[in-house]
Amino acid sequence: METEQKLTAETFPASPEKATLEGKNKFTGFWLFLGGETVLFASLFATYLALRNSTMSGPKPEELFDIKLVFAATMILLTSSLTSVYAMYHMKNFEFKKMQLWLGVTWLLGLAFLGLEIYEFRHYVHEGHTFTSSAFGSSFYALVGTHGAHVTFGLLWIGSLMIRNAKRGLNLYNAPKYYVASLYWHFIDVVWVFIFTVVYLMGMVG
Amino acid sequence: MSTLSQKKGVGGTIWDFMTTVDHKKIAILYLIAGGIFFLVGGVEALFIRIQLAIPSNDFVSAGTYNEILTMHGTTMIFLAAMPLLFAMMNAVVPLQIGARDVAFPFLNLLGFWLFAFGGLFLNLSWFLGGAPDAGWTSYASLSIASPGHGIDFYAIGLQISGAGTLISGINFLVTIINMRAPGMTYMRMPLFTWTTFVASALILFAFPALTVGLFLMIFDRLFGGNFFDATMGGNTIIWEHLFWIFGHPEVYILILPAFGVFSEILPTFSRKRLFGYSSMVFATVLIGFLGFMVWAHHMFTTGLGPIANAIFAVATMAIAVPTGIKIFNWLFTLWGGSIEFTSPMLYAVAFIPSFVIGGVTGVMAAVAPADYQFQDSYFIVAHFHYVIVGGVVYAILAGVTYWWPKMFGKMLDEKLSKATFWLFLIGFHLTFFIQHFLGLMGMPRRVWTFLPNQGLDLGNAISSSGAAFMAVATLILLVNIIKTTAKGQKVGGDPWGDGRTLEWAISSPPPEYNFKQTPLVRGLDAYWIEKMAGNKEMTPAEPLGDIHMPNSSFIPFMISLGMFIAGIGFLYRNDHAWGDIVGIIGMVVMFLSMFFRSWIDDHGFHIHKEDLVDDDKEAKM
Amino acid sequence: MKKWRLNFRVLSLFTLLAFVLSACGKPFLSTLKPAGEVAEEQYSLMLLSTAIMVLVIIVVTIIFIFVILRFRRRKGEENVIPKQVEGSRKLEIIWTVIPILLLIILTVPTVISTFKLADVKGMKDKDAVVVNVRANLYWWEFEYPNQKIITSQDLVVPTDKKVYFNIKASDVKHSFWIPSVGGKLDANTENDNKFWLVFDSKKSKEANGVFYGKCAELCGPSHSLMDFKVRAVSSDEFDTWAKDLKKAKPDVETASAKAGQEVFNESCIGCHAVDVKDNRPEQARQAPNLAGFSERERVAGVLPHNKENIKKWLKDPEKVKPGNKMSGTYPDLTDEQVNELADYLMSLKEK
Repeated sequence: METEQKLTAETFPASPEKATLEGKNKFTGFWLFLGGETVLFASLFATYLALRNSTMSGPKPEELFDIKLVFAATMILLTSSLTSVYAMYHMKNFEFKKMQLWLGVTWLLGLAFLGLEIYEFRHYVHEGHTFTSSAFGSSFYALVGTHGAHVTFGLLWIGSLMIRNAKRGLNLYNAPKYYVASLYWHFIDVVWVFIFTVVYLMGMVG
Repeated sequence: MSTLSQKKGVGGTIWDFMTTVDHKKIAILYLIAGGIFFLVGGVEALFIRIQLAIPSNDFVSAGTYNEILTMHGTTMIFLAAMPLLFAMMNAVVPLQIGARDVAFPFLNLLGFWLFAFGGLFLNLSWFLGGAPDAGWTSYASLSIASPGHGIDFYAIGLQISGAGTLISGINFLVTIINMRAPGMTYMRMPLFTWTTFVASALILFAFPALTVGLFLMIFDRLFGGNFFDATMGGNTIIWEHLFWIFGHPEVYILILPAFGVFSEILPTFSRKRLFGYSSMVFATVLIGFLGFMVWAHHMFTTGLGPIANAIFAVATMAIAVPTGIKIFNWLFTLWGGSIEFTSPMLYAVAFIPSFVIGGVTGVMAAVAPADYQFQDSYFIVAHFHYVIVGGVVYAILAGVTYWWPKMFGKMLDEKLSKATFWLFLIGFHLTFFIQHFLGLMGMPRRVWTFLPNQGLDLGNAISSSGAAFMAVATLILLVNIIKTTAKGQKVGGDPWGDGRTLEWAISSPPPEYNFKQTPLVRGLDAYWIEKMAGNKEMTPAEPLGDIHMPNSSFIPFMISLGMFIAGIGFLYRNDHAWGDIVGIIGMVVMFLSMFFRSWIDDHGFHIHKEDLVDDDKEAKM
Repeated sequence: MKKWRLNFRVLSLFTLLAFVLSACGKPFLSTLKPAGEVAEEQYSLMLLSTAIMVLVIIVVTIIFIFVILRFRRRKGEENVIPKQVEGSRKLEIIWTVIPILLLIILTVPTVISTFKLADVKGMKDKDAVVVNVRANLYWWEFEYPNQKIITSQDLVVPTDKKVYFNIKASDVKHSFWIPSVGGKLDANTENDNKFWLVFDSKKSKEANGVFYGKCAELCGPSHSLMDFKVRAVSSDEFDTWAKDLKKAKPDVETASAKAGQEVFNESCIGCHAVDVKDNRPEQARQAPNLAGFSERERVAGVLPHNKENIKKWLKDPEKVKPGNKMSGTYPDLTDEQVNELADYLMSLKEK
């Protein structure tokens, strides 16, 4: 097994996530999975677009959305994507501690995003905009909620990786795991950009 | 340690199969489960035809009939056809590309267990208050209104099963992309591998649409959602779109591997290479691509308007072109060949006219205004049974017979196989040909009964008679399997004698690790090339060495069980206080199992070089 | 040798059957006996597509039969390896281009027809005949907005002119289909679908003036029993019918019928109207309008229309149409009450 050899910054491959067959497979497989996830979110977007005007007697998007809050959340999530790039940079340079550090920052930013979203949803529920209040309600929470669930899962994932590997350090077996998690994190960031545009920006314009 | 030297009792064998990550054993699991569901779906079909044998019949009640027709379609497509195709893909594709297993052996087993638990969940409905009764398409207004839990079993069961299919689709894609033997470029892959590849891409992009549709259905029925409730601003046509955006690619997911099976059998038993290989590959990819552009031809009568109808009509007609290309290439493969009518070849030969009939009625239905007459009538029932039975079922019967010796080391009895073929052929045409005319004469589909004196009596009687032939054919197949398993004769690596592709270059069944040394591929029909050059075996592409193997695992079973428990819980959430609790427990079991799997180190094990050389001696005995 | 003979026999039998059966089907129900402009246009498209497809089938069949017979492995040929042919660019082009041309031939009339059949501009004319169809479990309501009447189950239409339809459903999705007169259109719960049909006077004579209508979308247990009937009459007869129906009153003569009227007015009238001028909103019209009931083609859409069957329906509706919405809405009736009600219903004339 290649991973038996002691790895150093010099011997660590330039693309550690693809240096083993298992890593290559995970790399390819996960990109494909993201393709499927794209179709999943596209279907949710299509449903939202079809139903976003069916507010019945409930509050309309223009009345609900607070652009300042949503913009802040967007900036936080975008920054967390950037910090995950730093983490991967350090991974390729075999700098385990720095990678863990930047993953930690990513994680905290992700948690902040989630916190803002929970706060936002609680406000909406208070205003009468719930999953069951109308077709708009159902489609809004299905789309934005599914994204939020993905963020939550991502936090559990990255957190577990950091804890699991704290003592193991970096090697060719867990490098693909880190890489794939960062791909996932980028993906949900891209999805958020679309949500910000289609749900919030388009919703404010009416 | 090779399986040849391991002796197990019944319990040991069951545990082995429950936890195996070996693609060859998983293939057998799919074959058994798919086979059982095929019988279930077949019995449901028999009940349908008995009920429709005479007018105003009451063999079953109206409500029960709707459950039977729903389960017949759902079971046959999701729990019989797809798993049986997966059985063949699992058994054959890694061998055809010279690989030792699929890219993700653990996920392979997970895919199987999710399918099995999903199928179990769906069929539990029969015993727990009634099966779903809104057709396999489960259109939103009827299914939202359907009382009882039938539709919930449908939605949740298919969600679980579908997750398994999606995972397996990704698995085959990565396997084919990353694990081909040296020398096997894309354009040297056997056609069955190509069709598996394209079908897997279709699975990847089509199933998520169904996932969303099913979630919306579950949300509306169990969680108070309003996606399909017109009084709350919802729209039932959204379900139709999501379902068919999945549903149309789904039928290509079914037929492309079937095309692949015949693209192996026709060359083998005419001793000629596949005519127009590059065109066949191109046509496969084009069919896959176009398959995503035509979904609304299932909705011509929904009221989308003339612009949408016209666009989808033209797009649908376009698919006829690559399909036609394939038919002609198959015919010209036979041209100039030396044809041997083994039972797989009989199916391949019968497939051609049968599928052409089904295909042309499809083109007729693409003519939107004509489809206003055909849609939801027996004409459409005839069309899709011609392509599915004449295409997919024939391919499954052919492929299973063809690869049976490779999987089990014994040949099925050829006489019995041919008897199955002939009886099935007669029954199939008797049942479904007349249905074209029943539809044209004004008989809608999904009808519990029809009234006398409307000109429909004779046609229905003829149609029902065919079912008996197909039933007998299936029984003979079962007898064949039992007889062969009990005392069939063992065979070697190339039992049909004319094998062209890599799976025939190794023993039947292959050793655990497939290839002692990864073979070197020198062109299309890799094994045939070696045979024509006078070599008995493939040239190895690597020296003999330790072989890395994956570990078995009980976790896929646990993950699937967790999802199953979650399904049960959430299904009863509005009837019992324990519903949500059990649902959450199920999800926890699922996630904890996944977590455990990812937390531990699993580096597999090695089969040592010395044991490989011994194996060789044993296999030759 | 025997194999192909059997195949051939089976094949020719089917062909014969096909020809024989294409002449079959009832004039009141078969799409192969088109009785109006829309059905005729659709039938021509069916014939065109069939003709093109038969051409393809013939070519494929000829090659197929030739290949199967000519290249069978014969005795003594066990070790022959035929020449391995990679392909033929010329052939690939031929069997790509020709099908494309054939499809273009099919595409043009398809698109033209699609737009023509969707053209409902004429609906707005003030003398257009318009029917608002509302599909329910398991009955059909027909409202004529220009004539200002509401009927159900029997659709009366004038021949030889366009009749426009607005189609919707009140509960679940259904589909409105009169096979011999034209293709179907779905009845959705969230929108109106519009199309037009023409009922040919000559053809309707062949069908004895009555065409059969079907529900063509699975809607529940009695989906197969949701038939309606179409009475095609001349334009003048149609106008007279509408006028008469507006003035029609129940012809209650006998004591039995009077008693039946009392029973009816106690409970049935809550859902069923007996007057074509029903001003209640849609949601309140939960049962078929029964004006002119005595002259309808069927009882409950499926039973032959006679007093016995009316009584059968009233006594146990669930047995006739499982899952229908009338079951259980009234207490068990005595045989006498059933008889009286039947008499009353038989008094509901069309003029």
